[in-house]
Amino acid sequence: MHVIREDGSLDPQFDPGLLIDQVVALYKAMVRTRIVDDRLEKIQRQGRIPFHVGSLGEEAAIIGVAAALGDRDWIVPCYREVGALLWRGYPLQRYIDHMYGNVGDPLRGRQMPDHTFSRAHRYLSVSAPIGTQIPHAVGLAMAAKKRGLDECVGVFFGDGATSSNDFHAALNFAGVYQAPVLFLCRNNGYAISLPTDQQTAVATMAEKADAYQIPADRVDGNDVLAVWRAVREGVRRAADGGGPTFIELMTYRLGGHSTSDDPRIYRTGEEVDARRKSDPLTRLRKHIERRDVWNDELDDEWREICDAEVRQCVRRAEEKPAAELREMFVDVYAEQPWHLREQEAQCVNGPRAGSEENDS
Amino acid sequence: MTEMNLVQAINSGLRGAMHEDENVLVMGEDVGRLGGVFRVTQGLHEEFGPDRVLDTPLSETGILGTAIGMALYGLRPVSEIQFADFIYPGFDQLVNEAAKYRYRTAGEFHVPMVVRTPYGGGIRGGQYHSQSPEALFIHTAGLKVVCPSNPYDAKGLLIQAIRDEDPVIFFEPKRAYRAVKMDVPEVPYALPLGEAKVVRPGEHLTCVAWGAMLYEAFAAAEEVAKRGIDVEVIDLRTLWPVDVDSVVTSAKKTGRVVIVHEAPRTCGFGGELVAQIAERAFLHLEAPPVRVTGWDTPFPLTHEREYLPLAHRIVPALLETARY
Repeated sequence: MHVIREDGSLDPQFDPGLLIDQVVALYKAMVRTRIVDDRLEKIQRQGRIPFHVGSLGEEAAIIGVAAALGDRDWIVPCYREVGALLWRGYPLQRYIDHMYGNVGDPLRGRQMPDHTFSRAHRYLSVSAPIGTQIPHAVGLAMAAKKRGLDECVGVFFGDGATSSNDFHAALNFAGVYQAPVLFLCRNNGYAISLPTDQQTAVATMAEKADAYQIPADRVDGNDVLAVWRAVREGVRRAADGGGPTFIELMTYRLGGHSTSDDPRIYRTGEEVDARRKSDPLTRLRKHIERRDVWNDELDDEWREICDAEVRQCVRRAEEKPAAELREMFVDVYAEQPWHLREQEAQCVNGPRAGSEENDS
Repeated sequence: MTEMNLVQAINSGLRGAMHEDENVLVMGEDVGRLGGVFRVTQGLHEEFGPDRVLDTPLSETGILGTAIGMALYGLRPVSEIQFADFIYPGFDQLVNEAAKYRYRTAGEFHVPMVVRTPYGGGIRGGQYHSQSPEALFIHTAGLKVVCPSNPYDAKGLLIQAIRDEDPVIFFEPKRAYRAVKMDVPEVPYALPLGEAKVVRPGEHLTCVAWGAMLYEAFAAAEEVAKRGIDVEVIDLRTLWPVDVDSVVTSAKKTGRVVIVHEAPRTCGFGGELVAQIAERAFLHLEAPPVRVTGWDTPFPLTHEREYLPLAHRIVPALLETARY
């Protein structure tokens, strides 16, 4: 399904009827996400942060979902969806602090960059093993249903995750228990280097949902209004007691899997260039320009605002000291047991490794 | 007080916890209408209904993964993994997810769930119905590991495990399920985690055991008592965090230690206990600590009684350690 046509007009058959201010807000959020990604990739290349996993080209599939879910609905992230968290108002400074593992990092420097979470924003935590979050989302939805709460859960994962045992277990449980959950498959064409046609013999990921009697939709994931419409329909189905929905969001990863990846090894520049034509930002911009609510001047202005914001956050993050050493020994259990008390004392009072530059 | 075996006491603990807290639910393969393959959950489905006693699809990943999601959102799932041998498909969910959720969200989210699972051999179950994988979970930061030996402890420790804010793996000694009976209060009660119990005070030697092997250690202690060797038998009850003080205090008193477990020897929990004792009581030791354990083979069938560290193998270890 497409909503935004190539000329920027909307297909009246599928137009979800958002107010133009809402559409502009989606565009601005997508631009902001890209500028944050761009800055983080640059500072990673300069060795200022160890890692980044961005969402270049997939912004519509992320922001569209976040916008269409209700405020009370949960987001269970894969790892590329920080745009959804920022959409919900998560402070950019806190995110950048996390990227640095400094004292402002809510994770206290315990995890690689891009492992975000926030209870206040109803956003569960990122786990690097693939697919493991999918059954969590189903359990969360089962709990919401059991507690009589009118909420649903949207869980992100990639095309590669549809091969994991967790994926199949989760879909099966969701079908059996009619859990109010939206399975959001960002099909971006690759699982690191493996193209989708080598990931599975089925033609579409959505077919896998059929096996579990879960209604499935397959939409243009680079068309934020198509994403919005499909997600809203899933939310409605969940609210009506119709159980789970599977949505395959067809998109393309314009960048590497992460900053550690070199996609030139497994795909051609021509392929990527061809896919740039369906860049979700370009398409949406064409639409709002056609509606006369956006132009080059506004675009430049907004990009400058976003860029200044992220640069300031980076500057502040770099001024903050590293997370405290003793934080390593906190939150393993609700109460610190004897062995961790002992080990904390041994570590804190013991010799320091210091930074790697000190290594001879 | 009612006389109960282990199965009945655990059942009574589940029932009590479910009455106490409506967020407690039971889930697993065949736990509903059948009441579990060992009947531990018998009657709960009738009493609490299918919303609180879930007959789940056959997927350990699904059971443990969805239980984590439920625990993240206010429920207290008690999952049954039918045999500990079948826990591995869900191992990643326990080790990488349940165990680390609190840490990786700096306490914003946590996973108060219990995984009950029958473990251990001696029931002619061969290599896939006999395993004792406790060391794998003890080795995982963020998990608690409990292994009761008797009905009274099992009920009290289970209720405490359900109330606990951290994920607990609750190993049930299936060899003792119906073999041991004792008076158990019908009302719910909790026993603290992390406290070992001296089940037989003694002066000459310390024997540490848990679960089904506790009875073998006890029988061996009684046997060597006839030869004038007075063995102190300690039931660990909670394996992690272990009550190291009780073990070390006893080791310092007797200077001689024998540890018994049915899991394979190499990297078994006995090795860690020996290390703790060596670090904390070295100058009190009169003999090298000894481990009497399962062998480093897959669990066998025909010769399972030769695999298990039954009293016939514990007795000579006690005698040798006492005479060292």
